[in-house]
Amino acid sequence: MRYMPHTAAEREEMLTKIGVGSIDDLFTDIPEESRLEGLLDLPLHESEMVVEKNFRKLAAKNLSPYSVPCFLGAGAYQHHVPSVADHIIQRSEFLTAYTPYQPEISQGTLQALFEFQTQVALITGMEVANASMYDGATSCAEAVLMACRVTRRKKAVISGNLHPHYRDVTHTTLQFTEFETIDLPPAVSGAERVDDHITSEIACVVAQNPDFFGRLHDLSALAEECHAAGTLLVVVVNEVVSLGAITSPGEMGADIVAGEGQSIGVPLSFGGPYVGLLATRQKFVRQMPGRLCGQTVDQDGKRGFVLTLSTREQHIRREKATSNICTNAGLCSLAFTIHMSLLGESGLTKLASLNHSQAVTLAEKLEAIDGVDLLNDSFFNEFTLRLPMNAASAVEKLGEKGILGGVPVSRLIPDDPEMANLLLVAATETCSASDMDDFVATLKEVL
Amino acid sequence: MSYKFTEDHEWVLLEGDVATIGISDYAQGQLGDVVYVEVPTVGDEIAKGDELAVVESVKAASEVYSPVSGEVIDVNTELEGAPTMVNEDAMESGWFARIKVTNSSDLDDLMDEATYKTFVEGLDE
Repeated sequence: MRYMPHTAAEREEMLTKIGVGSIDDLFTDIPEESRLEGLLDLPLHESEMVVEKNFRKLAAKNLSPYSVPCFLGAGAYQHHVPSVADHIIQRSEFLTAYTPYQPEISQGTLQALFEFQTQVALITGMEVANASMYDGATSCAEAVLMACRVTRRKKAVISGNLHPHYRDVTHTTLQFTEFETIDLPPAVSGAERVDDHITSEIACVVAQNPDFFGRLHDLSALAEECHAAGTLLVVVVNEVVSLGAITSPGEMGADIVAGEGQSIGVPLSFGGPYVGLLATRQKFVRQMPGRLCGQTVDQDGKRGFVLTLSTREQHIRREKATSNICTNAGLCSLAFTIHMSLLGESGLTKLASLNHSQAVTLAEKLEAIDGVDLLNDSFFNEFTLRLPMNAASAVEKLGEKGILGGVPVSRLIPDDPEMANLLLVAATETCSASDMDDFVATLKEVL
Repeated sequence: MSYKFTEDHEWVLLEGDVATIGISDYAQGQLGDVVYVEVPTVGDEIAKGDELAVVESVKAASEVYSPVSGEVIDVNTELEGAPTMVNEDAMESGWFARIKVTNSSDLDDLMDEATYKTFVEGLDE
């Protein structure tokens, strides 16, 4: 028996009160084709044993990146997460995604968040970082909103080499605001004249490094161009391990860094939950979204932690809050902090250089295949190949042979003939020499 | 030349066509320790009723609405480093902004000091 807290009469009364004809009318914002008509074709009841067996059968159809050679990237990267991270986050004291409602009694949680912020600020080269956002894409959207508040301008220029999902989430977030974007087309060659669009009306330029195609950029000149026009530079980083090897966005002059922290501490998990990073300059801190943990001293002069600048947030500031983010990715940010603490500064640098050398080795092997071109003149641990055939079909065939051989660009930039044969390939510390050899040999068979 | 007050506890002091604006002593007492004041930008055109500033205390953030229309010609930049001036001296050194008023009749419906005093006493009862 289902427990229904409201009687039919009570539901009717509520609908009348708000002037809606039926419960279905409350869902008109959801596109028709996304709505379920009637019930799913499922048995009305089944034993636990049978259900479990069925699900195991379904799960076995997946090709797990942790059991086959995996070269997937495009914004989500397979890295080795030390098992101690999983053990610590499962301690009951930490088992909630929420920052506590009585924050100061949870000193452990607050200290972990404070360490997280410190790590994010250090690796991005910024002065202050918040206690996390949902993921890289929402962080990017929040960075654009923040830049519009700081500059009191209404337009953002989005580089064509920003991950297409990040651009889409930014559009969704902006659609009911007064802000708009100028979207540049993808530039596979890496030649993109973002600076042509910078005027005194532009709140920010959003550029990704390494970009969607894996190419690295020196953004210092762009930062100067932006600043000359009073425009902010938002730098998106979706492979955070790269920060162990390349010049940080802060050093290049970024005003806001929006990042995806999944690579450190968080498994692929079919795309989430992940952890968004957002860092900025101290002078913009009051326009920053999300929670912020600060270090202070108690009445006896002992070190302690508090949530600070909360008056920006929606529980106090209501509709004028800097963001409607309700919570953060607390558990994933804890995993990030643990993994990063285990690595330390030298560990992160080593991990980054290992990733890069793996990618260089793989790129050389793949480029040597007849008809395969490497399009990047620079890359970190991911690069773009042009295949002599449709990349989506090649990936499909590689999958049949037990290899996750990269992400076809057409999956993220569909309906563009220029993208059809392009393949994004990532190599991290998790690829063994035999994984690479299997990939190269199988790709030769497939082409 | 005398102070005028709004029901939202802002004060206005008109000298010539320049109005200095702040929040009343009663308002600062209600807010508690002020930790930050976001002031407008010099050159901003403000209409009567627009948001002029935001006062942030340890308890809350409150918008300050402009009782007059006109152009912002000066802001109190000292508040950035010393926001507690609002608590210590709300009616003088704790001012927020000066506006060159377009229409001095904007001040006609505001309360004078005595009326405001009675108004505040009514609130405390």
